[in-house]
Amino acid sequence: MIETVVRTDQLTKRFGEFTAVDAVSFAIKSGEIVGYLGPNGSGKTTTIRMLLGLLLPTSGEAEVLGYNIRTDPEPIRRKSGYMSQRFALYDDLTVWENLQFYAGVYAVTDEAHLKATLDRVGMRKQAREMAKDLPVGWRQRLALAAAIVHQPQLLFLDEPTSGVDPLARRVFWDLIYELVDEGITALVTTHFMDEAEYCQRVGIMRRGQLLAMDTPERLKRDVLDGQAWDVSAKPALRAISVLEQVPGVHRVGLSGDHLRVIAAKVVRKSVLVQVLRSAGLDGIAVSPTSPGLEDVFLSLSLD
Amino acid sequence: MIQRLRSIIRKEFIQIRRDPRTLGLIIIIPVMQLFLLGYAATNDIRNVAMAVYDLDKSEESRSLVQAYSNAEYFQVIEYVSSEEELQTLIEYGDARVGLLIPPDYSHDLNAGQTAQIGFVIDGSDPSIAKTALSSAQLIGQAYGASIQEERLVRNGMGGINFQPVEVRTQVWYNPTLEDAYFMVPGIVGMVLFTLTSMVTANSIVRERERGTIEQLIVTPIRPWEMVLGKMVPYVILAFINTGEVLLIGSLWFGVPIRGSLLLVFGLSGVFLMTSLGIGLLASTIASTQQEAMMIVYMIFLPSVFLSGFFFPIQAMPKVLQWISYGIPLRYYMSIIRALLLKGVGLPAIQTDVTLLALFGLGLLIIASVRFRKRLD
Repeated sequence: MIETVVRTDQLTKRFGEFTAVDAVSFAIKSGEIVGYLGPNGSGKTTTIRMLLGLLLPTSGEAEVLGYNIRTDPEPIRRKSGYMSQRFALYDDLTVWENLQFYAGVYAVTDEAHLKATLDRVGMRKQAREMAKDLPVGWRQRLALAAAIVHQPQLLFLDEPTSGVDPLARRVFWDLIYELVDEGITALVTTHFMDEAEYCQRVGIMRRGQLLAMDTPERLKRDVLDGQAWDVSAKPALRAISVLEQVPGVHRVGLSGDHLRVIAAKVVRKSVLVQVLRSAGLDGIAVSPTSPGLEDVFLSLSLD
Repeated sequence: MIQRLRSIIRKEFIQIRRDPRTLGLIIIIPVMQLFLLGYAATNDIRNVAMAVYDLDKSEESRSLVQAYSNAEYFQVIEYVSSEEELQTLIEYGDARVGLLIPPDYSHDLNAGQTAQIGFVIDGSDPSIAKTALSSAQLIGQAYGASIQEERLVRNGMGGINFQPVEVRTQVWYNPTLEDAYFMVPGIVGMVLFTLTSMVTANSIVRERERGTIEQLIVTPIRPWEMVLGKMVPYVILAFINTGEVLLIGSLWFGVPIRGSLLLVFGLSGVFLMTSLGIGLLASTIASTQQEAMMIVYMIFLPSVFLSGFFFPIQAMPKVLQWISYGIPLRYYMSIIRALLLKGVGLPAIQTDVTLLALFGLGLLIIASVRFRKRLD
């Protein structure tokens, strides 16, 4: 069953002169995990807020779970879960009281279900701890528990892993996968490139515009018109300025201890090696590599 | 709906309980205000420091000084021997009033002439000065009358009531004109106002500061459920405060509670709608707790001064009197004073009650409308 749960059409939000979201159109199907990738301030949060009826769009339309976001936000809110960037928890309430409160406002009172929700995020033992005493990773999981306690069909996660260590991030994504396996649909914003790779489809936002939305593989294949190379040469800064002069090279950047070059397909390995050699650089090594989403993102940002 | 409301109320109660310092302040502040204002904000004068410059130094002049110090209003702190000395005492604030007895006082008195005495008052605090002045005159007149009566008795004309006009004054409801009687009911109004408006404004703005309001908006909570759920715990606290102030007011200050307690609490409830409404409105404007405090304070100050809490509205300039009609505390002040001191029933205060209720409804409706489930 393929059913569209989110559909936006030229969705736009302006704050005065500033256009936070600029004519964004996309669709999300039931059971998908869609990543929304972009730097801070690119319009990810504003998009989610519009989809939940927290902000009114300046123009454009959107439907979520079949309801119009302008006229009918309440049923959307009832059937959606939302985890905001700030992990909206009450610091002076315990883990259990936080969950009980958010469950209560959705009229969920079954204690067994609350316990099961805590188990699912692995926080049964922390039930009596005060929210303010929790480390960020636990706060994040409690916020997720609060967002899913009413068993929503659709989950909006706004930068759920910011400020969380890599291990906790991994655990968190496993949880999201579990939920999606059970039939939930998730829209997750992030500015971590590696996280975006976990998503079935990724939308790339920049300055309010949705530049592309597709599977990571297709983005790498279609958006990136060229080849990625790992290049080693010393000194690195000289190498960058030399490589940037080569016709057909789109982008040269540092990537760990080596350089990463995106160049048109016509630029061959021998050309790159030749250029570096004639510039008198040492330790030259050039090898083709598979591009990452970061390469896609950066090359989109160049246009 | 009931479930959602219950969840909010329970959450608010837990939060109140977890913050014992604020809870303590809520309980203690009214008591503090009561004692401070019950004692300090008084126009009664007692033991005003008096310096005496007696040039006559006779039996008669000593008995005049005695008459002044007997009345408890004045306390003789020093006998001075020059006008300069008197002036210095008053300048330094050691004495507030000075009694000047001229050298020919006893001579004039015994010669049957009108004896004059001087009374100097430090007018820098007009309210004390006015009371001191009138007390000084009263004491002087009474003393003069007693001398005259004594003299008439001596001349064999005793027992004749020669005063052509006798004005009999009668003070109702507060016969001893105790300021506490006037203050305590007013304090009930002030406490209810500050507590509910500040605390509600803060508790909502806090949700905004922490970002929990965004989460609440995406839940099925309706605005009025949120408003009501947040109000209920604070209304209960406010009623506890009312009881507290009334109890101490009547047991300690002896303020009478002549009207029905049911009416007192019921109409306090009506008044709470207005202060909660003000708190809610402030929370829809403010984005930080400090801002909310400032807004409430901005309304609080004119409310206190224009409500008749300290100063009679009738004595204010016309413009201020008109403005005072826009202050809900004004109606509550006159309602609560009438209920406690005069013991009136609903008919006597129905205009004030109606206006207060209209204000309350209006404020709550405006606040609920402004309290939309959106962020922009």
